[in-house]
Amino acid sequence: MNGIDYLVYTFLGISVTFNMLGSIALHRFPDVYTRLHGATKSTTFGTIFAVFAVMAHALYRLHVTGDPKYLQMSLHSLVALVALLLTNPTGAHAIAKAAYLTGYKPKKAVVDSYESRVAGHVEAEPGEKEGEVKP
Amino acid sequence: MMSDPFFYAALLTAIAGLITMLRMLIGPTVPDRVVGLDTLNTIVVALMILLGAAYDRTIYIDIAIVYAILSYIGTLIIAKYLQGGLS
Repeated sequence: MNGIDYLVYTFLGISVTFNMLGSIALHRFPDVYTRLHGATKSTTFGTIFAVFAVMAHALYRLHVTGDPKYLQMSLHSLVALVALLLTNPTGAHAIAKAAYLTGYKPKKAVVDSYESRVAGHVEAEPGEKEGEVKP
Repeated sequence: MMSDPFFYAALLTAIAGLITMLRMLIGPTVPDRVVGLDTLNTIVVALMILLGAAYDRTIYIDIAIVYAILSYIGTLIIAKYLQGGLS
């Protein structure tokens, strides 16, 4: 057991911890928006470190054996990470906007400045509440 | 050659996916279930990458790329359907 094993174990530990925290966050938060916040950020961070662990392992195996299969494995996992980083925040934004336009308001929210923007009054004053949210 | 730490990490990630599926089953509203589906997609991508490293199969990682892009399209379609059509 050498240094690269400790690096891979550290990355895998961070990955598993944050993926588990992201799935527990779905049960600990009160409404849709906080659940989306906790789950999306935690699982994205955990998957980044899973890809780092696989890349460290594959590059070490490439250095030991010289098999080009491991270079292919490392580069393809990097491509998967780039695809995930591009698509995951966009999907979360789309879900949050759809949930708001469906009519589920955030619980325990003190200030809701998106409400006036949805109603079509972009330059409305903060205390003013005009119109209803269109479903 | 089988690498043991990737198997244990994949097992724990699969348990996280099961906890996420529990939220999809008992979610009180429809956006809660969609949030659970989006989280499950990310966890499945991580699981495919870890299993690809564990079994030394690069084709699993290629499937993870395709699954990431297609699940994003599915999430976008469900979100557009929830907010009332392509407006």
